[in-house]
Amino acid sequence: MKRLSGYYVFALVTLALPVLFPDNYYVTVVGVTVCTNIVLAVSLNLLMGYAGQISLGHAAFFGLGAYSSAVLTVRYGMNPWLAMTAGTMMVAALSYVLSRPILKLKGHYLAMATLGLGIIVHIFFVQADQLTGGPDGMSGLPALRLFGYPIDSDLKWYWVFSVFMLLSVLFSLNIAKSRAGRALAAVHGSEIAAQMLGVDTAKVKSHVFVFSAVLACITGSLFAHQQDFVSPESFSFFFSIELVTMVVLGGLGSTFGAVIGAVLLSLLPEVLIVFEDFEVLIFGAILMVIMIFLPQGLFVALEQTFFKIVRRKRKEPADAAA
Amino acid sequence: MPLLEVRDLEKQFGGLKAISHLDFTVPEKIIFSVIGPNGAGKTTLFNLLTNVYRPSAGSIFFQGRDITALPSFRIAGLGITRTFQNLQVFLNMTALENVMVGCHLHSRAGLISAALRLPSVIREEKKVRKGAMDALEFCGLSDVAHVPADALPYGILKKLEIARALAARPRLLLMDEPAAGLNDTETMEMCGLITRICESGITVILVEHNMSLVMEISHHVLVLNYGELLAQGSPYEVQHNPEVIAAYLGEG
Repeated sequence: MKRLSGYYVFALVTLALPVLFPDNYYVTVVGVTVCTNIVLAVSLNLLMGYAGQISLGHAAFFGLGAYSSAVLTVRYGMNPWLAMTAGTMMVAALSYVLSRPILKLKGHYLAMATLGLGIIVHIFFVQADQLTGGPDGMSGLPALRLFGYPIDSDLKWYWVFSVFMLLSVLFSLNIAKSRAGRALAAVHGSEIAAQMLGVDTAKVKSHVFVFSAVLACITGSLFAHQQDFVSPESFSFFFSIELVTMVVLGGLGSTFGAVIGAVLLSLLPEVLIVFEDFEVLIFGAILMVIMIFLPQGLFVALEQTFFKIVRRKRKEPADAAA
Repeated sequence: MPLLEVRDLEKQFGGLKAISHLDFTVPEKIIFSVIGPNGAGKTTLFNLLTNVYRPSAGSIFFQGRDITALPSFRIAGLGITRTFQNLQVFLNMTALENVMVGCHLHSRAGLISAALRLPSVIREEKKVRKGAMDALEFCGLSDVAHVPADALPYGILKKLEIARALAARPRLLLMDEPAAGLNDTETMEMCGLITRICESGITVILVEHNMSLVMEISHHVLVLNYGELLAQGSPYEVQHNPEVIAAYLGEG
């Protein structure tokens, strides 16, 4: 299973961390944020990196998942899992209806349309205050129970998020090397050539849009329960942009690129806290330097360097023998 | 019944008639060439046949079925595929993956089953890989299967596009200038490849500027000039048609 060897290492590290450092704040609390961002970046990468369709409104689906869980459980007393399912189905339906007209657009126009979508959803969270609690947000979500046990500690949440994140990463890796993944890459490479080979490009784009939205939505539901609080701020336009940055920084079109981008952008602020007032400046500078010197993204650059070294190592003994 | 039948086809871009009143039929299992001076409407014709452009008037029948208004991917599904004058290789994939996209029509796995990597997906993937390798081998590209497409030279990419189209197992293959930009050796190879494609039972419609190639391998030649049919017939007939000679060499 050479295809997934990198994944197994990654899964092992993820699952070993809380065992090695059970009470570490960075593992259990920051870890949950990292996992959240990884799923969001990986799902956005399916759309942006694989299919080449930009979205500046990905946070909207994350937010819709969070709010549907919050509203349905708090306002209507619905069972959390039922609320999550209902929210997911609603987002799937909504994203499907939106996908056809939106994804007919290309390039800047698609960016504008998804940007609009993100902003409209955000305004809805702020304005529909009877339902969403407005700018103050909502709290008091019931505990999520798994097999009868409530998920009530940071460590338990880490397990839930890390397993969900690992599944999402696995899905994304599986899709890359499949008929569906190749169809997405074909849409990215040349839409007209894809059509000439019988790929229904509108359908393929619509499916990946829905899949990506659903992953973000489920993440949102889990996030709402874990935080026990939702407010419009978490799902603003700026967060959508941050997600795009994660994907581009790590390496567009590579699942592990999205993972690395998400890890880096989630951890950097934690590390840069020591610089206090200059935190944001240094953060921006790091992003600029990476994009100037590694425009194809961190992961792709690392991967290429790695293979170069391996090839040189393999060559050396052969040269010595000759 | 002819494989392809074009009836009174017309395409206007604003005031310009790129194709006007074009009628012709293509029988099965031949190499059918379309020639004409630059701007005669050859590529436009391909774009009409595959519904990249919607015709202004007229209709197109494939195996007796009206395909004029079908979306491109459905036309491909019926068995028409094409290569492009300006390459449309998927540069974000390896050569093999490019050809595997060609197998799209002959496999089924969707997004969800792929995400879960169901056993049926794994089986299908093996089949697709084999079909793609066969198509690569047919075009003499087995060696470069795992090379990223953006690292391959132009001549190879030309063949790769053909391999990709063949993987779709078409009844009719439209080839838009397959020899353009190739050197003499490569052109010879391309000649052999097109002939072998036809011999394998696929009808080929060829648009090409290299006249010696066209005259050598075509069974039937159609000459377009300013979007209108100027002449058609065997390569010999066309070469000796005074109107064709005038259009190519200029009157006077």
